Amino acid sequence: MELLLAVVAGVLYASGLYLMLRRRLAQLIIGLSLLSNGSNILILSAAGVTRAKPPLITKGLPLEQFADPVPQSLILTAIVIGFGVLAFSLVLAHRVHQSTGSDDIDTIGPDRA
Amino acid sequence: MLLALPILLPLLTAIVLHLLPQRSRLLRLVAFAGSLLVLGTAASIVVRVQQAGILVLQVGSWPAPFGITLVADLFSALMIVMVSVIGVAVTASSFAGVDPRREALGYHSLIQVVLMGVAGAFLTGDIFNLYVWFEVLLIGSFVLMSLHRTRAQLRAAFTYVGLNLLASAFLLTAIGLLYGQAGTLNLADLARAWPGRRTPGLDAALSMLFLTAFGIKAGLFPLFFWLPASYHTPPAAVGALLAGLLTKVGVYAMIRVFTLLFPDPHASVYRVLLVLSAITMVVGLIGALAQRDFRRVLSFNLVGHIGFTTIGLALWSPAALGGSILYVLHHMLVISTLFLVSGLFLRQRRTTDLNALGGLYRSQPAVACLALIPLFSLAGVPPLSGFVAKVGVITPMLGGGQYLLAAVALCVSLLTVLSMARLWEEAFWKPAPVASSASALHSRLALPILAPIAFLVGLTLALTVFAGPVSSVTMRAAGQLLDRNTYIRAILGEEVPRAAR
Repeated sequence: MELLLAVVAGVLYASGLYLMLRRRLAQLIIGLSLLSNGSNILILSAAGVTRAKPPLITKGLPLEQFADPVPQSLILTAIVIGFGVLAFSLVLAHRVHQSTGSDDIDTIGPDRA
Repeated sequence: MLLALPILLPLLTAIVLHLLPQRSRLLRLVAFAGSLLVLGTAASIVVRVQQAGILVLQVGSWPAPFGITLVADLFSALMIVMVSVIGVAVTASSFAGVDPRREALGYHSLIQVVLMGVAGAFLTGDIFNLYVWFEVLLIGSFVLMSLHRTRAQLRAAFTYVGLNLLASAFLLTAIGLLYGQAGTLNLADLARAWPGRRTPGLDAALSMLFLTAFGIKAGLFPLFFWLPASYHTPPAAVGALLAGLLTKVGVYAMIRVFTLLFPDPHASVYRVLLVLSAITMVVGLIGALAQRDFRRVLSFNLVGHIGFTTIGLALWSPAALGGSILYVLHHMLVISTLFLVSGLFLRQRRTTDLNALGGLYRSQPAVACLALIPLFSLAGVPPLSGFVAKVGVITPMLGGGQYLLAAVALCVSLLTVLSMARLWEEAFWKPAPVASSASALHSRLALPILAPIAFLVGLTLALTVFAGPVSSVTMRAAGQLLDRNTYIRAILGEEVPRAAR
């Protein structure tokens, strides 16, 4: 399972970075969201994957019987932040498209407009 | 409670600003009053830290490694003071007039959000919380940058957003891997528990990930291109806010995380950082000399001088680190002042292109002399604060036998003098170009736009006069940074045994 997650995280990072290097804003945004999903999976697998155990300590059960809740809460926070950032960059791209009619970063205009 | 105030007060001000009726005079007054309150609390934090040592607040009374901790040592306290000073200057400059469309879109509360994020990043003692504050201040600054829709501003905003989000992704990756290794996120707990568990390969990878993430935010050499591509487009007050604070947050985070987590001064990451700092200085200043726009020259100078602030960490001695902290303080003040000065040109001539400027010295010599002080302070002309800060950085290099590095730093200072003298000559001294209309030349710059600049210039002069006491404080701050055990004990308490966990 850990191997699979590692491969998935690697593929997400690679494709996210590749898309961020493209010239189109839509691809940049998709790349960003892939990248943030990749880092979420990385956090999950780096902190150790546990199978079918709740992140709660129950009285009477031995301590091995629960999953570490911290990485889960980190991922939750990161998902929320990533969602906000994604929404903002979509609006920004939409405005770029409105004002220039294109989503190619080179046609937005010269540096000194 | 005192420690939470620099975060809570801007948040409260931002909320109040949203609820108030949208009358610009009222909004400006409330924002200004909020910033003054933060300045007051920041000053009392510094006094308390000076007297009582490191201040700690366990948020929600959760004990240290489990909850979020707010910490103020001397370095954090000094940075908080600088944040609040720049906050006061930026909110005061809005009395000179803000574009009404920006004001309607929440300009004032966004500035408070950025101030809150920066204060949070300076105070937190938890590495994931640091990431969250980074995101808070980034979102605030993203919206401030893109409130307008001219093409250049949109393009600049996209460069800025893309690169900074990439840096955040790197930081998150590094934090995830770190947690997987150490099992804790509290900085003090990491500093204590992690050294026993590290593996050399992952160690190097982690330090490079942190260096890349903070390097993008600080504007180090191969990673700085977003900065000059974006900082010249927003209005002067926003430029002053971002230029003064955001790169310094990167530098602060770098110094904080590396002194706590990578305490081996012979690690290869410090050699990399040393070389990158030196190249940053040279490349930034050469870039500055090639520019023909007041704010672009400033942006490249900002990049170049970041090298001075990170080199103290790379040299890893109390004297060098203290010099770098002094440099950070001085540079925050001066670069913000200069971005506000660029607002004078925007007000009078509607441009900061050097070809279209000139003649300000002839029409208003007093204003020109006011601008002369930060210009030459940045260049490091004695006896101004830049000179004191440069001495603080370069003397430890000579003491440590780093003669080549000292030569590079001195050459860069010379280039800065050249760049600043050219700004002075082109923007103030040369006769005004014939094309500019007589009415623009004779429009006087009024008090509201000059007062924040005068305030910051006064503080620069104060930093010059009180250079001795201030530099002894920064030396003590550096000593605190390098003495990790005091920091760990202050946060985790004496009763936690070292072998715990």
